[in-house]
Amino acid sequence: MARKPLIIFLGLAILLLLPIYAAATNDLYLLSLSSRMLIYALAAVSLDLLIGYGGMISLGHAAFFGLGAYVGGILAFHYQEFSLFFGLLPGSNQALIVWPLAVLISALAAAVFGLISLRTSGAYFIMITLALAQMLFFLFTSFSTYGGEDGISLWQRNDFPYLDLDNRYHFYYLCLGLLVGFVGLCQRLVNSRLGMVIRASKQNERRLRALGINPLPYRLVWLTIAGAGAGLAGVLLMNHSHYVSPALLHWTQSGELMVMVILGGLGTLYGPILGAMSLLLLEEWLNQYTEHWQLVLGPLLLLVVLFARRGLYGLLAGRGARDG
Amino acid sequence: MLLLLEQILNGLQFGFMLFLLAAGLTLVFGIMHLLNLAHGSLYMIGAYTAATVTAATGHFSLGVLAALLVTALAGMLLEAGVFRRLYQREHLDQVLATFAVIFTVNELTRILWGRAPLYLDIPPALAGTIEIIPGAPYPVYRLLIIAVGALVALGLYVLINHTRLGMLIRAGASNREMVGALGANIKLLYTLVFGLGALLAGLAGALAGPILAIEVGMGENILILTFVVVVIGGIGSVRGALLGALLVGLTDTLGRAFLPGLFALVLPPAPATAAGSSLASITIYLLMVLILVFRPQGLFPVQGQHGA
Repeated sequence: MARKPLIIFLGLAILLLLPIYAAATNDLYLLSLSSRMLIYALAAVSLDLLIGYGGMISLGHAAFFGLGAYVGGILAFHYQEFSLFFGLLPGSNQALIVWPLAVLISALAAAVFGLISLRTSGAYFIMITLALAQMLFFLFTSFSTYGGEDGISLWQRNDFPYLDLDNRYHFYYLCLGLLVGFVGLCQRLVNSRLGMVIRASKQNERRLRALGINPLPYRLVWLTIAGAGAGLAGVLLMNHSHYVSPALLHWTQSGELMVMVILGGLGTLYGPILGAMSLLLLEEWLNQYTEHWQLVLGPLLLLVVLFARRGLYGLLAGRGARDG
Repeated sequence: MLLLLEQILNGLQFGFMLFLLAAGLTLVFGIMHLLNLAHGSLYMIGAYTAATVTAATGHFSLGVLAALLVTALAGMLLEAGVFRRLYQREHLDQVLATFAVIFTVNELTRILWGRAPLYLDIPPALAGTIEIIPGAPYPVYRLLIIAVGALVALGLYVLINHTRLGMLIRAGASNREMVGALGANIKLLYTLVFGLGALLAGLAGALAGPILAIEVGMGENILILTFVVVVIGGIGSVRGALLGALLVGLTDTLGRAFLPGLFALVLPPAPATAAGSSLASITIYLLMVLILVFRPQGLFPVQGQHGA
């Protein structure tokens, strides 16, 4: 049981010290890649809330991820162009305005999608979340003002008080701080009354109903929280890459987030972080050798699904891996 | 009015194309309870095979035949190699494993055929138009797709309701253990059903070849629409798949054709085009949501043990 705190401590220490290593070796790319990993980790943790804890197999999580990115992108676009959104609202480049708004709108979208998709379960739920996300994808592809399929390119990252987000070190530590904060929040949520109901509804919905609890409103709140987390990750990614495109909402993105969760370890809070990092590293590494890296990744993933159910974190942390 | 009739035919053609895919998907789900994201890959394999064989032999019919053979074979191989292990697993595992199959097949396709899209000409014998509605010549090839789709629907109806194999399929859908216990070779049945689904997907791919660009990712684009069809129709129901496919085909085609014009009646031209085309791109999803509000299990819910 003592392995788990040790692994978390080591992981956090590595993440904290990484910029120092990057500075020493002058490896700025490493820093940029690591920031991207932290951002995807945040999105993967939020998805695991749904899949791992809630048993809600959403294949449309990229919708909230991409929506968060687009909220940031659209506001920055109007800020750059000095134009008005729908002729009403000005753009903004202030992180403290843009980010909460991105989170809020993603959460709202998650709630609306939830009202529709949570009427169903099982395979229907998977297909409906997928279809709803694709609907947003096609919607954003059709917005020619915002670049259609090409998306929006941005000149700079958002302004954040006391920090310079264009400075890679500042940005990295901000992403790390937000990830740690989000995981801390999730830890509390999972052990709250809400989290208990959610986990119970995954294990045995019928018994939960017999106790007089209707899981639907709880699931809706849970989905909203997960959507908010993904929205935050989205707006961070928009800052990271200075770019937003409908590809962020595409269902392959949802699939990739799902792969990160499974690869790291389902139903844990630290597993998805490990999964996100491993998958991005693996892609990066395979990409150096061959452009056909998907040919390696595909079969590898298949083997993990068929034979290694506990994921990387499960292998590392042993039986005590489950959080909460 | 002529334009409307023409667009209705286009919608039917698209609908029957979707039906060819949805029938296989829904059969595989109804009987094996497998959620197969890689169904679109078989469609893509069909299109590539048809294009390659047609180019080599000069005969489109040979291309279609080859596509049918190759996809049925590929489907049965995938079933025996991968999917068979997934029948007893959770949906989550099925989603991920079939997602991995998509990755693999797409990359193999890129290696074999390259990144540039292929194009396939409509065979000369079918390239003309015909005036089935007086005053509105309509492409023969698109009529052919409608005819093939209708024939397949009829064939599936006969197969499922009036043959021994169909009886086993229906029995397998309602209780697979019992069918096995009664001495039917359930493994072989599953492989055959999967092969049949793959063959239909391959047929759709081969027929789509001359009217669409053949490229990696074509399978995934149509797969999502197929999911919408299956959700609307009720997962596991072939009847539902037919109705759902025609509904989706008509809604999408008519929406794209007429919504921008309808908006132009109330809005100035530029925003009307923008709003119309935005809305047109999501009409079928709105249709799905609307149907789910009233029928969460789709139009033809299947009474099975899984109750998905």
